[in-house]
Amino acid sequence: MSTLEQMYQQVILDHAKHPVGRGLVDAAPGQGHLAGESHQVNPTCGDEVTLRVDVTPDGAVAGVSWDGQGCSISQASVSVMATLVEGASLDEVARLDGLFHDLMSSRGKGLDDDDAEDALGDATVFTGVSQYPARIKCALLGWAALKDSLARSGALATS
Amino acid sequence: MTTTATVRPDESGSLTTSELAAVRADFPLLERTVRGGQPLVYLDSAATSQKPQVVLDTEVDFYEQRNAAVHRGAHFLAEEATETFEQARAAVAAFVGADEGEIVWQPGATAAINVVAYAFSNATLGRGGEAAAPFRLAPGDEIVVTEAEHHANLVPWQELCARTGAVLRWIPVGDDGRLDLTDLDTIVTERTRVLAFGHVSNVTGAVAPVDTLVAAARRVGALTVLDACQSVPNLPVDLHELGVDFAAFSGHKMLGPTGVGALYGRRELLEAMPPTLTGGSMVEVVTMESTTYAPPPQRFEAGTQMVAQAVGMGCAAQYLGELGMEGVLRHEQELAAEMLKIADIPGVRVIGPLDTANRLAVVSFVVDGVHAHDVGQVLDDKGIAVRVGHHCAQPLHRRFGVAATARASASVYTTVEEVAAFREALAGVRAFFGAE
Repeated sequence: MSTLEQMYQQVILDHAKHPVGRGLVDAAPGQGHLAGESHQVNPTCGDEVTLRVDVTPDGAVAGVSWDGQGCSISQASVSVMATLVEGASLDEVARLDGLFHDLMSSRGKGLDDDDAEDALGDATVFTGVSQYPARIKCALLGWAALKDSLARSGALATS
Repeated sequence: MTTTATVRPDESGSLTTSELAAVRADFPLLERTVRGGQPLVYLDSAATSQKPQVVLDTEVDFYEQRNAAVHRGAHFLAEEATETFEQARAAVAAFVGADEGEIVWQPGATAAINVVAYAFSNATLGRGGEAAAPFRLAPGDEIVVTEAEHHANLVPWQELCARTGAVLRWIPVGDDGRLDLTDLDTIVTERTRVLAFGHVSNVTGAVAPVDTLVAAARRVGALTVLDACQSVPNLPVDLHELGVDFAAFSGHKMLGPTGVGALYGRRELLEAMPPTLTGGSMVEVVTMESTTYAPPPQRFEAGTQMVAQAVGMGCAAQYLGELGMEGVLRHEQELAAEMLKIADIPGVRVIGPLDTANRLAVVSFVVDGVHAHDVGQVLDDKGIAVRVGHHCAQPLHRRFGVAATARASASVYTTVEEVAAFREALAGVRAFFGAE
């Protein structure tokens, strides 16, 4: 597989074409839920994402919805992230966020940790992206929006 | 110091194959391979150009043989460094049809435009005395730019308006990527004090109708500021003939070093203009209470200057001058025609004029169903370097309803074969992403 094909794995191309969680959900959060929204822009390329998160009273992600525009890497990464964090506790989300950042710093080598890679699931397909320093920020855009929307929801303060 | 270009283009035509080969041999970086040993196809010269060996050698020679503080000290080396520095100014001035005293060294074109914008600010605050009246803004005054501007020729004017209460207006861009002058007379009016515009768009490649715009500004007594970053490297520019009041261009886009650019100002305007940066080297008499300022250009060159880079920029101007800008322009236009053939690739849409009249080889485009970053990545995989993003022109991209484009741009060393390789790689992009 060429480095280009390692970067644009089929999972990424599929998520970019058929994104999960795309389309902002307007519904009011349920009883005791917390909600937060974040808009993130990559000023160098104009990629952007608006993300809403709904957190249950016991501190789990009830749902993520988002809208955005940008390259296939940024859009697929939000989509994969949305599938990954659905139902996860805030602690798990923090762990996944840390692992994904580690993966993006791995310069194409991956995490060399089966548990970590199992936890990241489909998100490990972004390993190839980490060989391209200019594109790492594309893959991290959605994760930044999730972290910020959780902070804005107030859920991090109460968990 | 030798600055002789090795070839001269035929008087009547573009660069011949052998001439172009000789030019390319002057640029060591073009020998590089990238992404697994592939030859580099560098189509990002509008962002920054590569440098000929003679420019690199000149800069090294300055440090190895001539380095000393300029315009101070009376020792041998200081004299020689000063002379070399001023010869470079003369070379740049001659290259753009200006007088020596009309070229001010700046760290780049962005800095140069800011110097003019801040001069208006300072004059409006009362600095510069009676002489600075042309720069003094009053309530109701307007600054006019265009929708095609690079942020460097937009944001400084927005800021000037915010500081002074002046109003920013702009000339729109038409669907063809050229300035829409339909309402020029209602945009440039008696209230207009500054008309700032790019000579050549760094996105569409369109050459602005300088004559029409200068005439419109003169009719109402407005000063003109020309962003000449994309024109000076690629076509013959004679600033006196163009009749603009100010112009800015950078060294690194015209085969010169980074960290240096030039501000051109008509002599009487520079003489009337209050300084922006103040400090050493730009003064006459300093007391604890107040200071009188040196005449231009030194008045606008506070602090230690980027001497080696300026000398390199002077060398680049000579290199291009000896090559002959008429030939360089014909080469550009030939490459523009080759680049515009991408409009025939299914799913590719060019943002900007599709004809080669009054446009240079700067071609921005979008590919249906594929984001510009992804387009750039596939081209990069073949060793082809293009720019992706908004190219520091967000309003122009918004005008065309796109967040980002990919852009191919040429310089004097770019070949038709490189453009063909680019077209071939671009033709495969949609298939790679399975775009329907």
